[in-house]
Parts: sequence; structure tokens; C-alpha cells
Amino acid sequence: MTEVPPPAGGAAAPPAGRRARRTSSGFGRYLLKHVGGAAVSLLLVLFSSFFIFRLIGGDPIDQLTRERPVSPEQRAAMRAEMGLDQPMVKQFWDYITGTLTMDLGDSFQYRRPIFDLIVERLPATLLLSGTGMVLAVVLGLWIGTRSGWRQGSRYDRAHVGTGLLLYSAPTFWLGMIVILVFARYMGLFPVNGMRSPSTPPDFWSQALDIGHHLVLPVLTYTAVVYAGYLMIMRSSILDEIGSDYLTTARAKGLRDDEVRDRHAVPNALLPTVTLVFLAIGGVVNGSIVTEAVFSWPGLGSLFVQAIFYPDRPVLQALFVLFSASTILAVLAAEILYWFIDPRIRKS
Amino acid sequence: MTLLEFRDVHVTYTGSRGRVPAVRGVDLALEAGQVLGVAGESGCGKSTLAMAVLRLLPKSAEVSGEILLDGEDLLTMGWGRLRAVRWTGASIVFQGAMHSLNAVQRIGRQVAEPMLVHDKDLSAAKAAKRAEALLERVGLPPSRARSFPHELSGGQRQRVMIAMALACDPDLIIADEATTALDVMVQAQVLQLISGLVKERGVGLVMISHDLSVLSATCDTAAVMYAGKVVEQGPAHEVFARARHPYSAALGAAFPVIGDPASRRNPGGLAGDPPDPGRLPEGCSFRPRCAVAVERCGEASPELLEVEGARLSACFVAQEGEPVVLG
Repeated sequence: MTEVPPPAGGAAAPPAGRRARRTSSGFGRYLLKHVGGAAVSLLLVLFSSFFIFRLIGGDPIDQLTRERPVSPEQRAAMRAEMGLDQPMVKQFWDYITGTLTMDLGDSFQYRRPIFDLIVERLPATLLLSGTGMVLAVVLGLWIGTRSGWRQGSRYDRAHVGTGLLLYSAPTFWLGMIVILVFARYMGLFPVNGMRSPSTPPDFWSQALDIGHHLVLPVLTYTAVVYAGYLMIMRSSILDEIGSDYLTTARAKGLRDDEVRDRHAVPNALLPTVTLVFLAIGGVVNGSIVTEAVFSWPGLGSLFVQAIFYPDRPVLQALFVLFSASTILAVLAAEILYWFIDPRIRKS
Repeated sequence: MTLLEFRDVHVTYTGSRGRVPAVRGVDLALEAGQVLGVAGESGCGKSTLAMAVLRLLPKSAEVSGEILLDGEDLLTMGWGRLRAVRWTGASIVFQGAMHSLNAVQRIGRQVAEPMLVHDKDLSAAKAAKRAEALLERVGLPPSRARSFPHELSGGQRQRVMIAMALACDPDLIIADEATTALDVMVQAQVLQLISGLVKERGVGLVMISHDLSVLSATCDTAAVMYAGKVVEQGPAHEVFARARHPYSAALGAAFPVIGDPASRRNPGGLAGDPPDPGRLPEGCSFRPRCAVAVERCGEASPELLEVEGARLSACFVAQEGEPVVLG
């Protein structure tokens, strides 16, 4: 006799063909639910970004014209040029439609389209926090797996201790220590920036120069964040240890590292997927403090400058960009879960 | 040659409550092609004994004595040799197949895995073919190889566990409560399947269960365990039909006999719980729950001795030749 699997939802077990169709419509519902959620979050971010930075107060024209005598006519002209003379509702409408059509307005500070500023600076940020994020995730998951697998061992205690110490160190402080030790005293790396002006313009010299500048900021960024992945992966592994399926794997004659890598890790990785995707989303905004400490010409230092100016349109646009990248990354994680965790498809 | 032999096996757990003896001197033997049943309540040490065979107990467990598989002591062999013996010499059908299978790996891969581990020359495609053949052998469609564990019913999962246990053609299979979680119909099918495979392949089978009806239907010899010791041993049908230890008698009486209304209204349960292995009573460990205990039972712990023919019992009363059941 052949047995049928327990049907989902208590209905009679569907034959194979209908099963497949149900699965795909299940995916449609799942997708719609999560895309809908993400869209709502994005709208909320879009709305709140407009108001949050207006709460800071102050007249932008005062900032733009500080220490310079300006006539009321000139002020009025500037106001009109920047659209500040429009009623609030009109400004809001322009902001929404502008953002949705990638027209982010002009920066107060640079008097240039914000879109161009972002496009210029995005590669530097992606390079720094992308490299740092990949290193941190790989390092954290690698060490966390081994730490959890041998809980309480010398390896575990040493790595958890080091990781948490670095994790709790303020980034700006750690960055300055790194600069002092590796740049100032040892003279191994440049202190700040992304390129040296004296570098020959050919591709390889430039690449080498950027790589040289990249080491210290990436080191700082990785050192501060990898412990987060370490601790999550460690506790995720600890949840799996003692599971019956690991005993099965051992009984089959697998080596300890095979039991860990083939059975424990794939199960333990599931809860960390969201985390990794959050990190990917965070690549865009990931390293604001690191960029500021190392004067890295990316979005992070643009954001810090805009805060001090204050350059409201830039803050507004970056806030939306940073939030959107995180929301979209989480959405991507949710979609990925459908494919990697067979249990989600059941519920 | 004896396939599996336990010689004075002790297992002691060391934990926050100090040293707790879970198995206290077990001697058992099994010939190839035979089925040995091990019965007893939860906590009597049967599963610990099963896990001790392939040294799968946690590090906190200390195992002493000898466990011989084909004459080779499993407890003293090196790790490399032990890994080679695992699943090829002896395999286990674990209880609770849902948790004993890896939830994120397809069935076929899990069944094929031990073949690939133990035969480095085997190609993945060939192993997958053989895994499908094994699934078919236990009555599952080969297409099930692509399923995940949660897509199967409890009975199907237990069949997968059996297919997996057969993957490397072991000489010995240990079934640890393999049918306990299944409903009666499926249980009967799985039992039939297991006994069929034992006959067909001539392997030895150790069947661990608290369900005497399961054991009496499938086993050649039976051992009843209580508080870490074998208290009665003998041909299965005799042990369950005419117990020579009051504990086996009570265990048997706990199951109502079908067709006997008197027994259904009055299942002969056993009051109390098995003793805490950390604080065993003086003398015979069954004495506090025993209906036929005599004065001597509080003074010394009875040895497992021959009472008649191939029957062994660790009860002073039975050893005197008295009946162990009151009334």
C-alpha cells in the first residue's frame, strides 16, 4: 500500500499535478504579502523623511548666506530658486513626485543635483562597506560555527572574548587607534582618503593605490561588525547541537567536521539569512562613522557633512536611500527563504 | 560466531547530580539471523544500551565492559576503525524519525550519504540509484527521494529510516523504539517489513521497545530490563507467556488481552515509578514495587541465574521455584 503525505490544511491530498499548481499559487500569495509589506514600509519612510528633517528647524537661507551680507531681494530670489517659497503641500507633492522619478532636487551645499552626488560617491561606499561586509560575514560565520561547535573550549572563549571586545569598541575610537598604530607609527598605510594625487593615472597603479587606502578602513569596519555574525552563528549552532539528526549523521560514520559542515551548518544557517541580507542592505549606508574617520569619499561622509551644514535635501534623499536598501534587502531575504527553507512552503 | 555480545557493560552518566548509573552490568548475546528483544519502562537503560553499541553517547557517559561485534571490541577500537564500523557493521533505526532526519536535506541524499561515506569509489549517481532502490524496497515510490522529511507521513519517515539503515548492508540492525510513534496499522506494516528483511538478509536485529506485543511478535529471545539491569531473559514467547520475574509479569499484565473482558476492565498496572538511578534502593531494585518480595530481597541484589532450561531470572522468589505472580 502506498501512503499519502498529510495534506496541508486538512483537505484531501491533491494529486501530483494539482500539488504543483497549489505550490506556485502559494508562492504568489507569499510574494504578494511580503512585497506589499515592503511597499508600505517604503511609503512610510518616504513620508517621514520629508517631515523629520524639517523638524530640525532653521531657515536654510541663513545657513547658505552666513557671514555674507545679502539683500532681501537676493534672499527672495534664492528662496524662489530652491522652491522654498512654495506652500508646504506643494513642496511635499514635488518631493514625492521628484523622489519617485529619481529627481532628488539640488543640494544646498554643492548647488548640484543630489542624484549626481549619489552616483559619484556610491562606488566608494560600495567598495569600502562591500569589502568589509563580505569579510565580516565570512569571518563571523566561520568562527561562529567553530565556536559554537566546541562551546566552552579555549578556541570558543578566546574568539567570543575578542569579538565582543571589538564589537563594543566605538568605531571612531578604534579607527583612530588603527590610524595611530598602522599609519602613524608603522607607516604602512596612508592616513585617509581614497587616492593619492601623485599616483600615475594608469589602471593598475590606481587600483593598487585605492587598495592600499582601503586596508585600514576595511579593517576597522570588519573588526567592529564581525562579532555580530559570530555570536548569531554561534548561538544558531548551539541550538542544533544535541539534535537527533546529528546523532544519525554520526552513526552513519561521518567525521566530526563532516557532521558539522554537512548537517549542522545548513540547518544553523537558516536563521542567519535575514542577518546577512540586512548586512547587504546596510552596505549602502553601512559605514558612516568609518567613512568619516578615514575621510573616505563615500555616501557616509556626504551624510555627515550634510548633517553639519545642514543640507536638508541631501539628508532627505540619503535617508530614503538608506532605508530603501535595507527594506529591499529584507524583502530579498524573505523571498529567498521560500526557496531554501522547505518548511516555509508548508505553512 | 556470536554477532553481538555485551560483556558486563556499565554506563554511568556524570552530571550535576553526581554519578548516575544508567546501565549496571549487562550481559547479552545475539547470533546472526536472530532477533533479540529488549523490553522495559522508559528510563530503564535500554536506549542507553543501544547508543553505547556505536559509541554515540554524550561525553558525560562513561562506558565500561566489552561490546563485541563479530568478536571485535567496539569500546576500545580507534576512532578511524569505529567510523568504518559505524553503519557498515551496525546501523540504527532511531526513534522519532522526524527529528532523526535532517529537515533541510532531501530524503534520497540522506539515504545515499552513508554509501558515499563508506565507499569512496562509488559515484554520486550510482548511490542515488541505490537509494531509490532501497526506498522501493521499503515500499516507498522512488520519486520520494526528492522529498523533504516534512513532506512525508510518520510511517513513511520510519520507512526512510529503515531504508537508510540498510544502505551499507550492515550485519546488525538496532531498532530503537522504531515503531512506537506509529499507529497500529502502520506499526504492523513496518514490523512485517523489518522481520522480512532480517530473514531475507540474515542480519541480526536488536529490537528495543516497551511494547511487549511488538516484541513477542518479532523476537526470538527477549531480555527484560529494569533499573539498568537485565532481570529476565529467555525465548521470547516463553518470557511473555509465563514470566519468571514479577516485573516482566507486571509489564505483560499492563496490556489488556484482546477477547478477555476481565483483563480489559482491570489492566494489571504497576504502582509507582521506576527507581531514580541516582538513588537505588538497597537489595533488589524492584523490591519497593514488588508484590511477592520476601525478607531476603531487601538484603542482597539477586543475580541473573538460570531458573529452568534457557530461562534466566534475577529474582530470589523465581530462583526458589515459586510462582512470581500473586493470585
